[in-house]
Amino acid sequence: MIPRFFIKYKLEIIFVVFIVIFAAVFLINNANIQATAKPGQETWQGSDDQGSAAIEATGYTPWIQPIWTPPSTEVESLLFSIQSGLGAFVIGYFFGFYRGKRDSATPA
Amino acid sequence: MHIMEGYLPWQWCIFWYLVMAPFVIYGIYLLNKQVKEHRETLSLLAVSGAFIFLLSSLKMPSPVVGSCSHPTGTGLSTVLFGPFITCVLSAIVLVFQALFMAHGGITTLGANDFSMGIAGPLLGYLVYRVAKKVNLNIFVNIFLVAFVADLFTYVITAIELAAAFPATHGGFLISFETFFAIYAVTQVPLAIVEGLLIALVFKYIVQSRGDILVKLKVLTPEQVTKIMEGFK
Repeated sequence: MIPRFFIKYKLEIIFVVFIVIFAAVFLINNANIQATAKPGQETWQGSDDQGSAAIEATGYTPWIQPIWTPPSTEVESLLFSIQSGLGAFVIGYFFGFYRGKRDSATPA
Repeated sequence: MHIMEGYLPWQWCIFWYLVMAPFVIYGIYLLNKQVKEHRETLSLLAVSGAFIFLLSSLKMPSPVVGSCSHPTGTGLSTVLFGPFITCVLSAIVLVFQALFMAHGGITTLGANDFSMGIAGPLLGYLVYRVAKKVNLNIFVNIFLVAFVADLFTYVITAIELAAAFPATHGGFLISFETFFAIYAVTQVPLAIVEGLLIALVFKYIVQSRGDILVKLKVLTPEQVTKIMEGFK
């Protein structure tokens, strides 16, 4: 008989186990990559930037520039954090709302 | 999957805008209808949109490959609201990223929304319907939808770029290989994470608002009861 806990939290367990494997593979692979990287070489680049680089390698130059570019990677990551924050806020708000509604509907 | 501002020849920009237009127009029509006629689903619509916002902002390392990419988060709204509404939600996120982060672009919006908002979710939706027909476990189904929608988005980006930049020797196929290696291979582990996460979140939605899922015809009342029992 499987303990109740594993049935109740089956999906959570699968998710956490996969994330742990994910992180472990990342750490091992990162150690290899850092050991073989030439000084100054950028590792763990974004695939979007690699795509742009591959396009430039064909001799193409972009015909238009973005209207606004974040002045540094710090500012860029701030904006990305705001984006995730907004998303997480909305998700948390509604799940909390659902929970509150459910709990108040079934008086203890 | 973001093609950056100016990185597509203008003819392709126009082409992808023309492809995107009917989907977005029909999507806006459906979105209005949904909000007017089924007001109670509005909160889940917001949550689905928020997932696209949240997941597409997370640049994660792809552990096997050694580069970074981000999930798309379109799986949830594909299942709940279908691919057309998803393409409108994706377009909003893409405009936001193009204007504030210089990530993606306004000229390339058509191409980016076609991959992330249209092609990925459409294939995901197809998977959803087929899996439902054969009575696949709903959580496995949701995992597959999110996985497919995410991964296929990046395959489409590779196709879009290969079409716009065919190699001088070997043409489309050779450059497809290059872009496929950059985009799609990186994406596999991230698509798995996204699939697992969306399936997990779906469990919470069933537990808190199974009634809306019944209204959206995702589950029958019997299925909701059965799932609730299964996690007790």
